[in-house]
Amino acid sequence: MIGVAAFAVTLLAFRRDYRVLENYKYLFGLGAVGLLFMPLLPGIGQTVNGARLWVHAGPFQIQPGELGKVALIVFLAAYLREKREVLAQGRVKDWGPLLVIWGGAMLVLFVTDDLGSALLYYGIFLAMLYAATARLSFVVVALGLFLAGSAAVYQGTPHVRERVTNWLDPWTTHKVFCPLSGTMTLRQDCTSYQEVQSLYSIAHGGYGGTGLGSGTFTNTQGHQIIPYLNTDFIYSALAQELGLAGASALLLIYMVFVLRGFRVSLLAGDGFSKLLAAGLTFGFALQTFIIVGGILRVIPLTGITLPFVSYGGSSIVSNFLLLAGLMLVSHRANVEVEGR
Amino acid sequence: MNRQLSRLALVAVVLLVALVAATTYWQAWAAGGLQDRQDNAVELVAQFQVARGLILADNGRPLAADRRVRRNGQTLYFRRYPQKGLAAQVVGYSTSARTQTGLEESLNDYLTGANTNLSNAIRRELAQLGGATVHGNNLVLTLDPAAQALALQQLGDRCGAVVAMNPRTGAVYVMASTPTYDPNLIDKPGGYAKILKIRGGCGDGSALLNNATAGLFTPGSTFKMVTAAAALDSGAFTPDSIFHDPGYCIEYGKKVSNAGNPDQKGPEAFGRVTLAQGFEHSINSVFCNVGKKIGAATILEYAKKFGFYSTPPLETPANERAPSGLYYNGKLEYPKHPDTAVDPGRLAFGQEHLAVTPLQMLLVASTIANGGVVPRPYLVQRIVGPDGSTVHTTRPDNLGRAIKASTAADLTQMMISVVQAGTGTAAQIPGVQVAGKTGTAETAVNHVYTAWFVCFAPADDPTVAVAVVLEKQLNGFGGAVAAPIAKLVLEKLLHG
Repeated sequence: MIGVAAFAVTLLAFRRDYRVLENYKYLFGLGAVGLLFMPLLPGIGQTVNGARLWVHAGPFQIQPGELGKVALIVFLAAYLREKREVLAQGRVKDWGPLLVIWGGAMLVLFVTDDLGSALLYYGIFLAMLYAATARLSFVVVALGLFLAGSAAVYQGTPHVRERVTNWLDPWTTHKVFCPLSGTMTLRQDCTSYQEVQSLYSIAHGGYGGTGLGSGTFTNTQGHQIIPYLNTDFIYSALAQELGLAGASALLLIYMVFVLRGFRVSLLAGDGFSKLLAAGLTFGFALQTFIIVGGILRVIPLTGITLPFVSYGGSSIVSNFLLLAGLMLVSHRANVEVEGR
Repeated sequence: MNRQLSRLALVAVVLLVALVAATTYWQAWAAGGLQDRQDNAVELVAQFQVARGLILADNGRPLAADRRVRRNGQTLYFRRYPQKGLAAQVVGYSTSARTQTGLEESLNDYLTGANTNLSNAIRRELAQLGGATVHGNNLVLTLDPAAQALALQQLGDRCGAVVAMNPRTGAVYVMASTPTYDPNLIDKPGGYAKILKIRGGCGDGSALLNNATAGLFTPGSTFKMVTAAAALDSGAFTPDSIFHDPGYCIEYGKKVSNAGNPDQKGPEAFGRVTLAQGFEHSINSVFCNVGKKIGAATILEYAKKFGFYSTPPLETPANERAPSGLYYNGKLEYPKHPDTAVDPGRLAFGQEHLAVTPLQMLLVASTIANGGVVPRPYLVQRIVGPDGSTVHTTRPDNLGRAIKASTAADLTQMMISVVQAGTGTAAQIPGVQVAGKTGTAETAVNHVYTAWFVCFAPADDPTVAVAVVLEKQLNGFGGAVAAPIAKLVLEKLLHG
């Protein structure tokens, strides 16, 4: 509901020309940074499932990073549109912003303990940087820096190390130390429990799924088998109930959405619109990849949400904002094409 | 900028395609392996939401049935075993902790309706989508519950096994193993520990072990069926071949004595006898000489043709069946040079390092009854879908020819003499010609034997073959303790 409202308001507010946003790019940049670091503020920040991604204000719990993502894309689109020629020359002094963003992403990663968010923001940044400058070398260098930073964080952060271990070896045949209970247990009964049960849930779906509403998510005692089923692990619930056919269909819809998004970006008449549409779309695809890939053991599991599907207010609002943005760009592109 | 945008689009699509591939991997390739894992909490529930198929005896009496439990808004189906220990090791068990044995384990896919047969898969899918309970398939076994009960009652607290089958088709009528247990106990607190403590009359039996297919016993003289088959089929001897029996046979310069009889002090000496007479009276020296003549290699070769050295096919899990043959330090071994490595004389009368399952000895007798062709044993005659349609019908099959039909006929005659006038007279049934062979295998303890009787009837047109083995029988000769049980089971199966 709030998502649809945000969607409608955005459409209405910027129906004439959303490009005024360009003028407030630094405001968006600052806003993005503020939102990203908000969960760290003492008092309102909250650690859920090992990652500090939440803020609670009164009865509401929000993930400000979700809104921060949209703000970041707006900022980057505006900033890169302006500086693309300069950046493309590749002078050392122009690498400054890049390093700042790298530092920012690393900081986010380090302080929120969440590899997924850092990967998402940084990935969006790299994609937009590449689109703006056409310099693949930037991307390569930046990826190298990211890997180096990740390795350092891996060394320094037990939570990230645990995620990576769970990713590589979710099942053990011998007992290992379980930090949750302080005893020796099999890893699948301890830290990798959710990942493993989520895979079981997916496998149970098979080709055709169990049918909507008839999936098995509670044990014989009536307890939920996977604790974060409706948010982090929504995909494993869907995959069980819809099966391979349904899950693939969902991913295909996402694919169509992504292709349409890039089409909008290709058709758009000005650099800001192009970058905005591409950034929003790529962010959408990358976010899907990071969360679903985490569940499917393609990459380590992280705590970000699945666009449009996860049961999370912030995520839904931000994704409707994303959709509104794309529609605005698309509308403008069409008007321009017709005007010619 | 559009070129970069197209490339980015490609990257984004590749990322999503990778997800489709990964989903396919987990839902299609890896699904089976994941479903079998013990820590799978999803299957732990899902499996019990399926109304598991029944396991029925050949007269339709349920050996395994369902117990419906409503718990926390879910309807769950757990197992109950109305016949208790009647065919415990064959049927096995399926517990609420998802441990399974026996047919419950090996035919789990059929019982839960998960077998990949297209119409079945569609039906299951439709039932699920409609929110209905998925029903598994029922198994109809070949077991005759009356004969099975009789066999168990006859075995009593002794450790051993009784197996019976149709030698023409391989349909298993009786598969009784003692000590037995009540599978209903498994799910009760402390029940499993109680079952593990069951030792039986022999003191070291195991209730969970299916003695009929996995119990390894020294075959003793029942192995003379194999030796005689090798002697006749290879053309080295005829039933009328003459032997001189001084009461012993000399091997490696040492005397190997005949077995004593319960009513005599020392070993018997028969003097001048034919091979057929040697078989009738189970004279070790005769077979010792046969073994020396044809060699261990020939005997083992024939044993292999009868199915030794391979796990007999059956529907039960493979780890609940054992192959028969020479066991050295608990390991099955086929010697590289049998003629030098194996004592042919002792092999010929079933000692040496031979260890066999009752099912394997039953297959030897059945092959003779079946004109030399080894029947393929089976326990499940039909699998019936929840709508009453037949999902699968077992067609009788064979495992190939072991010996010539003429050899089988000669052996049948020799086995008839065993029951008519030899060591197996206790198995005589008025009006029915029974062919059989006794076995009294030495154990590590003097005067304590493994008692055997293997037989089939009617000899001219066999419809039932039976193998009986009893462990640790003090002065218990096969003809005296095992043959009467075989006779009763034969009668039950022939006359009802």
